[in-house]
Amino acid sequence: MTKEKKTLNLNFGPQHPAAHGVLRLILELDGEVVEKADPHIGLLHRGTEKLIEYKTYAQAVPYFDRLDYVAPMNQEHAFALAVEKILNIDVPIRGQYIRVIFCEIGRILSHILNITTQAMDVGALTPTLWGFEEREKLMGFYERASGSRLHANYFRPGGVHQDLPRGLLEDITKFCENFPKIIDDLETLLTDNRIFKQRNVDIGIVSKQDALDYSFSGVMLRGSGVPWDLRKSQPYDCYNQIDFRIPIGKNGDCYDRYLCRVEEMRESINIINQCLVKIPKGPVKTQDAKVTPPSKKELKNSMEALIHHFKLFTEGYRVDKDEIYVSVEAPKGEFGVYLISDGSNKPYKCKIKAPGFSHLQAMDYLIKGHMLADVPAVLGSMDIVFGEVDR
Amino acid sequence: MSNLPDLEKKINSELTTKIKISEIKHSQLYLNIDCDDLLDVLVFLKNNASTKFRQLIDITAVDYPEENERFKIVYLLLSHEFNNRVILTYSINENEVIPSITEIFPSANWMEREVFDMYGIKFKNHPDLRRILTDYNFEGFPLRKDFPLTGHNEVRYNEDEKKVIYEPVKLEQNYRNFDYESPWEGTKYIKEINKKND
Repeated sequence: MTKEKKTLNLNFGPQHPAAHGVLRLILELDGEVVEKADPHIGLLHRGTEKLIEYKTYAQAVPYFDRLDYVAPMNQEHAFALAVEKILNIDVPIRGQYIRVIFCEIGRILSHILNITTQAMDVGALTPTLWGFEEREKLMGFYERASGSRLHANYFRPGGVHQDLPRGLLEDITKFCENFPKIIDDLETLLTDNRIFKQRNVDIGIVSKQDALDYSFSGVMLRGSGVPWDLRKSQPYDCYNQIDFRIPIGKNGDCYDRYLCRVEEMRESINIINQCLVKIPKGPVKTQDAKVTPPSKKELKNSMEALIHHFKLFTEGYRVDKDEIYVSVEAPKGEFGVYLISDGSNKPYKCKIKAPGFSHLQAMDYLIKGHMLADVPAVLGSMDIVFGEVDR
Repeated sequence: MSNLPDLEKKINSELTTKIKISEIKHSQLYLNIDCDDLLDVLVFLKNNASTKFRQLIDITAVDYPEENERFKIVYLLLSHEFNNRVILTYSINENEVIPSITEIFPSANWMEREVFDMYGIKFKNHPDLRRILTDYNFEGFPLRKDFPLTGHNEVRYNEDEKKVIYEPVKLEQNYRNFDYESPWEGTKYIKEINKKND
C-alpha cells in the first residue's frame, strides 16, 4: 500500500520581513521540507528601461540610483562608463579616484546591510544596530558629496557632478581608521557564533559548475571558489592602479558567502585608503563643453557658456549611433548596461542586467530539499534587493 | 581581454557560413547570425576549448518597428577563462517563434520569460513561459516602441467597493514628448579634430 503524498502550498511574502522587499515566494512543502519554490517578482516593477528611452542621457542617471538603492552610485557608474565609451571621452584622474572611493563606500554600505540583516533573519538583532550606525556615517559622506543620502545622481557621464567639499577626505580617512575595529566587533558577534553557524554552514551550497550555469556573479560566484572580479579582470577607471585581493570561498554555502563579504569590506577599506593617498588635485569632470555643463562662474560671464548650459539642460547632448555592453562589479555582482544609441539625445534601448535577477532565479534550485526555516537564510545570503530585480 | 582578432578568426573558420557578420568594437566581439543556427552556434561557443563562453550574461530584444524584421534578439556571453565577451544577435519577424536555449544555459529561463513579457516574443520548448515582471493579467508588451509610456490601466483603492480596482489611465495633461531636432552638433566634431591632429 502506498501512501499518497500530500504537499502544502505556502505563500511567503510579499509582506514578509525576511523577504527583503516585495518577494512573493510560492513554496510547495512536504512537512517542513521545501519541494519547490516559485518566486513571483515584479511587484516593484517601475518600467525603468522604458522610462530611460524617453529621457535624455543626463536625465537617465537618477533612474540608476533607484535600482539597487542600497548602493546607488555603483549603478550610475555602469551607465556613465557606457556613455563615456561611446562618446570616447576620458575622465580626469581625480574624477576617477572619487568614483572609486564612492564605489567602495557603496560596497561597504551594501555589505553591512546584507550581513546584518542576514544575521537578523537567523535571529541576531545586535549586529543590525551596530551596522546601521556605520551606514549612517557613510550615507553622511554621500550627502556631503552629492547633497543626497540615497539618490545621489553624482556620477555623470564625463566624471562626477562636483568636487568634494573641504574636509570630506579627512573624515573618510578617519572613518577608515575606525571601521576595521567595527568589522572585528561584528565578527565577534557572528563568525564563531554557534547559532549563526548552525543556520548558515552547509546551507544553500552552490557548486562551481552550477554557479556558472545559473549566471551567478559577484559574491555568489566567488563564494563557490571562482576567482572572478571585474575590478581585477576587466578593470575600469583607476582600479588597475590599486593593489587589492579578491577573497573567495571554498564550500559555496551561505557561511562562505558571509565570510567573503566580511573580507570584501576589509579590502574596500584598503582600496579607499590607497585612493586617499593617491588622489591628485585637478578637474573632476571632462572639460568637453558639449558634455559638461559650465560652472556657475562662467555662466555669469560668458554668453557661450550660457548657451551651452541652456542646450545641455533642455536638449541634452547627442550620442553617436552605437551599441555597447558595459559592466561593473557592483556589490551584488555584475551589473551591466547594454546601451543602443541612435545618434539622438535619448538612448534607443537601455537594457539593465541586474545581478539579483539571475540569483533569485536559482532560488528553486538552491532551496529544494532544505527546511522552511532555511528560506530566509538562503534568501539573505543571495543579497537580493528588489529595486534591481524588478527594475 | 585577450586576442579578440584571433578569436574572431577562429570562430569564423569553424562556423564559416553560420556567421553573417563579425566585428570587433569596444574590445567586444559582435556576431550576427541566422535564427536557425542559434543552437549550433551557442553550443559551439560554450563548449569549444578555444572559446569557452560558459556564462550567459543576459538575453534581450530590441524593437525596430519600421524595419522588415522587427525584432533583434541579443545574447550576451562571457568567457571567464579567456576574459572575453561576445554579443550575439539575429533579427526575426514579428510573429516568428524562436528556439529556447534553456537546454544549453539553465539561467536563460527567466531571461526568456522577460523577453516574452516585454516584447511578446514566443520561445519554442521553453519549460515555463509565463509573464514575469508585469502585473497579473497584464495586457500588451511594454517595451515595444508602440506601447505608450503612460500605459493603459492604472490601479487605485476604491473606497466604496473596498477593494483595489483597475481603470483606464486618466491624465490631467497628456504626456508630451518634445522633439529636439536642432543643428546642435554634439561631440562628433571634436573627435574629427582629434583624428586630424593624430
